[in-house]
Amino acid sequence: MADCLAKGEIPEILFWVGCAGSFDDRAKKITKAVVKILNKCKIDFAVLGTEENCTGDPAKRAGNEFTFQMQAMMNIQVLDAYEVKNIVTACPHCFNTLKNEYSDLGGNYNVIHHSQLIQSLINDGKLQIEDKSVFKGKKITFHDPCYLGRANDVYDAPREMIIKLDAELIEMKRCRSKGLFCGAGGAQMFKEAEPGKKEVNIERTEDALETKPDFIATGCPFCNTMMTDGIKNAEKEDTVKVLDVAELIANAADL
Amino acid sequence: MIECLIFAVFSFACLGYFSKNILKIKRNISLGRKLDRSDKKAERLKTMLLVAFGQKKMFSRPLPAVLHFCLYVAFMITSLELLEIFADGLSGNHRLFRSSLGSFYTFIVSFIEVLSVLALIATFAFLSRRNLLKIPRFQMSEMKGWPKLDGNLILFIEIILVSFIFTMNGADEVLYNNGHAHGSSTAGSYNFAVSQHLGPLLFDSFSNSQLHVLERIGWWGHIVLVLLFLNYLPYSKHFHILLAFPNTYYSNLEKKGKFSNMESVTNEVKLMMDPTADPYAVPAEPVAEPQSFGAKDVTDLTWKNLMDAYTCTECGRCTSSCPANITGKLLSPRKVMMDTRDRLEELGDYKQKNGKDASDGKSLLGDYISEEELWACTSCNACVDECPVNIDPLSIIIDLRRYLVMEQSKVPSELAGMLTNIENNGAPWQFSPTDRLNWANED
Ligand code: SF4
Ligand code: SF4
Repeated sequence: MADCLAKGEIPEILFWVGCAGSFDDRAKKITKAVVKILNKCKIDFAVLGTEENCTGDPAKRAGNEFTFQMQAMMNIQVLDAYEVKNIVTACPHCFNTLKNEYSDLGGNYNVIHHSQLIQSLINDGKLQIEDKSVFKGKKITFHDPCYLGRANDVYDAPREMIIKLDAELIEMKRCRSKGLFCGAGGAQMFKEAEPGKKEVNIERTEDALETKPDFIATGCPFCNTMMTDGIKNAEKEDTVKVLDVAELIANAADL
Repeated sequence: MIECLIFAVFSFACLGYFSKNILKIKRNISLGRKLDRSDKKAERLKTMLLVAFGQKKMFSRPLPAVLHFCLYVAFMITSLELLEIFADGLSGNHRLFRSSLGSFYTFIVSFIEVLSVLALIATFAFLSRRNLLKIPRFQMSEMKGWPKLDGNLILFIEIILVSFIFTMNGADEVLYNNGHAHGSSTAGSYNFAVSQHLGPLLFDSFSNSQLHVLERIGWWGHIVLVLLFLNYLPYSKHFHILLAFPNTYYSNLEKKGKFSNMESVTNEVKLMMDPTADPYAVPAEPVAEPQSFGAKDVTDLTWKNLMDAYTCTECGRCTSSCPANITGKLLSPRKVMMDTRDRLEELGDYKQKNGKDASDGKSLLGDYISEEELWACTSCNACVDECPVNIDPLSIIIDLRRYLVMEQSKVPSELAGMLTNIENNGAPWQFSPTDRLNWANED
């Protein structure tokens, strides 16, 4: 972003990578898939790079409003300095926070989730699925990230993408607004679970496995981790792959 | 005449006691913090019509939804009948509206009778669901004792009520058949859908004077039960019959993922971040009442949270969809709502006795809801989405958590580490911010 500004350009859209997308090895692959798609469609975008900072979401969910607002204010200062208007993010938690919670602190942006962006690119004909054979007839089930679905009512964009792949979309028994959560959100990712009889991600993976999928698709780096762990736990990692919707598209578009 | 008088005194006493309880609940709810929900009137009205009146959210579980709908419609329509009972009771007349309404009257009463039968069926189904089928959400620990009795009691009342209605209408029908109807000596039939058959079936062998007594028993039993039921409502989960309407009207209309912004914190953060701010400057507007961060007791919650607590039907849909509860953690969002109500009642009574500013030294956090429960919540919003009357248990959980974190610094150690990481290197993990763009340069 700093480079763009030096050249006097303001890119159309900012790609908010998020902490997971920047640091987590698995999530970095999602980041790259998104970038490939953006490049392919010749989208004029930029990232903040080292100037990006945690949105403060986990702090807010953990009840620490101070830390959250400090982070938010810092980020808003950076975003406003670059005159950012549009943001796309690959993480539903960043998405929710940037979209819903920054406005009360003076940060007003047009924020979309990468599944929404990719879907509109496909609908506008800017992105072609070149190789439909990759996923043709494969069974894909979609796990709704809480902060995308229930929290923000985005249910259809990721599903339409899967259908575009000519794949068979199978719903789990708990889906959409009834979707069970993966185990990571609300800052749970960062601590041990309270005592109980089962880990949530195991329960959710069982839901997914009931549909006998070839792929489990999701739209969130944290869900991805939790489901991947769940699959490992069920010793199914050879037959079932957990992929982000961006990766599905990037694979099929042969990027 | 004496009957009219007894009726007047009895109804007056019941209505008076009911109003007293309503006022108490209103007073308790207003112990909560301020919150402005006076915007978007049209959208609110729509939500109320759909969710409360149309019971939209019930229908995600069709069987109980249909059964509940029978009870609900029967309740609404039977309330119409009460108008006549009151008019008759106070004036000493019999079926006052019949002559003026004519065949429409027959239709209305028949409609009520059919609904009553449906309600009776629903009641038996509910009783067996609650007691024989052992549906898990009715068997959890918070449902022991009064909540369990409460759930069953209403169903027994309903059965007795329906019996009274048919005793009244049935006996009346046979009297009419015998040419002994009120104020007329011609024999005939009221033609009410159910009682024109049921009446003769049950009561044919009774003498006219016995029938008169039976009719009176039915009439009095009916109204006494209704008035008692009215006074039982404020002590029961069935208060949702009334509160569901305002509670859905004042629903949170924001996206569920949005947590409330804490103004008090914003002001402090702004001060900290603004180098030109003068911390000793007198604030432009007088600062509102000093407030702690987050909630420790019911008085720190908003009035809407408290209204939620009184509206809770204890149905347990929230808990049965809660991932924490499903996987055996201590947390149950239903218990959070029930605790809030119990604590509010306790504190309200205490303040009533000992003055507005009195404190009994107890609090919602700690005495009712434990830290372990609070930390088990994943903020997934499943409970909020499930609740048929738009209750938001999550916002109470988060406010209690905020108190733990910001006032008491009680944070599980891994989370404390995460928070420090965010503060020091701008990410929840210990990575250097300079490595943030590394992904772009890896293959
Ligand atoms: S938001 Fe918390 S209490 Fe509600 S269902 Fe999710 S985990 Fe349970
Ligand atoms: S909060 Fe809502 S869903 Fe939960 S028990 Fe109460 S009424 Fe039922």
